[in-house]
Amino acid sequence: MISRRGFLKYGASALATSGLITTTSGKIFAAAGSGSKDTRWAFLIDTHKCTGCGLCVKACKLENEVPMEANATRTWVERYVIKHDGEVVADSPHAGIDGYTRNDPQGREIPESDIAKSYFVPKLCNQCEKPACVQVCPVGATYQTADGVVLVDRTWCIGCGYCIMACPYGARFFHPVFRVAEKCNWCYHRITKGMDTACVEACSFGARMVGNIMDPNDPLTKIIKTERVSLLKEEYGTSPMAYYIGLDTLVR
Amino acid sequence: MKNHVYRPLFLVIAFVVAVLIAREIVVPEDFGTHEAGYMYGWHRKGNEQEWKDFKVKYQGKDYCKLCHQDKVDKISQTPHVIINCENCHGPAVKMARVDGKIHWKNPTYTKHGEDTFENHIDRTREQCLRCHAKLPYKGSGREWVRGINNTEHNPDMECVMCHNPHSPGFG
Ligand code: HEC
Ligand code: HEC
Ligand code: HEC
Ligand code: HEC
Repeated sequence: MISRRGFLKYGASALATSGLITTTSGKIFAAAGSGSKDTRWAFLIDTHKCTGCGLCVKACKLENEVPMEANATRTWVERYVIKHDGEVVADSPHAGIDGYTRNDPQGREIPESDIAKSYFVPKLCNQCEKPACVQVCPVGATYQTADGVVLVDRTWCIGCGYCIMACPYGARFFHPVFRVAEKCNWCYHRITKGMDTACVEACSFGARMVGNIMDPNDPLTKIIKTERVSLLKEEYGTSPMAYYIGLDTLVR
Repeated sequence: MKNHVYRPLFLVIAFVVAVLIAREIVVPEDFGTHEAGYMYGWHRKGNEQEWKDFKVKYQGKDYCKLCHQDKVDKISQTPHVIINCENCHGPAVKMARVDGKIHWKNPTYTKHGEDTFENHIDRTREQCLRCHAKLPYKGSGREWVRGINNTEHNPDMECVMCHNPHSPGFG
């Protein structure tokens, strides 16, 4: 039997820690830079820096052989325009591949005087620590690697589409040529060679960054450890690994 | 026991054996749980290497520097230094000689599997407008890139008629 004093003591410490270190994201934060694991890839997006030029989306398609004309892409850029009256006008025409060159969110011209704030949000696969998409795969065609990236085995995928439905971020799609599930893999062929991803390489403004969160000297680790970062849809419990700076609550 | 009891039993056993044999043949040897464990790790190990061997297309500025030092030096004096050459010239996949000129083999993937040879210089206004179209988006990164109004700033002419993309200003 646990004593009343013990109950209070353990209960209080459990409550105090449950906020951070019992979540997977919290555990990764605690391990970040410790070198307890060789490699765990992570991503960092600074929405303040994004200009909505769309060159990242274009580079991604060319690098990863996703047909240009197909309305499907591994990464995309969203535009958010928030009016003074509280209305949110958000869109991402053709994933933003041609850049945002006109003030026409959802085909509407919004007068400058009506705009309270506006920003662009680049998105891509979060390479979750607990990937819902992997859990639902009935054949073991999609999996997590030791360094945390979720890959799809094109020869093994049966194209059932469960994973596409399971992803809370809408990061997966059906590859129009290979007819299997397709997703961003943070350019696994590049990062494993020590290169940046194609989208990071294409970004002129440093809005995107990829790195090894276990390496204490990685610039990405330093930012995540010292600055205020947030994650998308943490409440789904998938422990996403793409961190954001300047993420508005309106971003979904 | 009676024969009619055994017969279906044998059938079931034969079916199970057939499935097990088929599984042994079809499932590759390197299929297993591996590092990520039972929940997220089921896969064919060889697939990791297949993804690592995927062809790299974008080479980066250091690669262009090997042969175009002058261009790299020039752009380095300007605000365009931040733009990767391949954003305006396409990914440098492979150099090839076409009609006596050096081009690189640049897959556009409009028709899959058919690489096209193109002269990769993007001179369109759309390319420059990606960053320079004036948008009233306070708070976005666009705020600090000098914008122009597409319909007012010398319309119907390529920007590069007047601005050298490697040295865009007039100062
Ligand atoms: C191995 C040397 C080499 C490398 C590396 C190289 N180039 Fe070139 N490039 C050449 C040569 C030589 C020519 C001139 C071809 C001619 O005019 O016949 C050329 C021509 C060009 C042209 C003009 C094509 C035309 O049709 O007028 C562009 C644009 C260009 N290069 C861009 C780049 C970029 C961007 C990179 C880096 C991704 C790069 N090059 C890397 C050798 C190189
Ligand atoms: C903002 C887009 C842009 C960027 C960035 C850019 N270029 Fe260019 N480049 C052009 C355009 C447009 C032309 C054609 C200029 C013209 O027709 O007057 C050109 C022409 C060239 C040419 C051949 C013609 C010539 O002037 O001799 C070479 C070689 C070249 N670029 C190399 C590079 C290299 C190397 C880099 C990276 C350091 C680079 N470019 C970055 C847009 C760009
Ligand atoms: C990836 C984004 C990007 C693209 C694409 C781009 N620029 Fe720029 N450009 C910039 C930035 C950033 C600056 C510096 C910010 C500023 O001075 O407003 C700049 C500056 C300029 C300037 C002012 C330079 C000066 O020294 O005063 C001109 C003119 C210009 N760009 C023309 C062009 C033209 C022409 C093209 C198309 C060939 C082009 N830009 C494509 C980002 C871009
Ligand atoms: C007919 C020649 C001409 C063409 C074509 C042209 N420009 Fe300009 N541009 C100029 C001149 C001259 C200036 C400097 C005087 C000024 O500020 O108007 C300038 C200035 C600029 C500036 C700096 C503006 C500032 O506030 O300092 C940018 C950015 C720019 N141009 C981008 C572009 C882009 C992008 C295009 C193509 C869509 C383009 N220009 C087409 C002549 C041209």
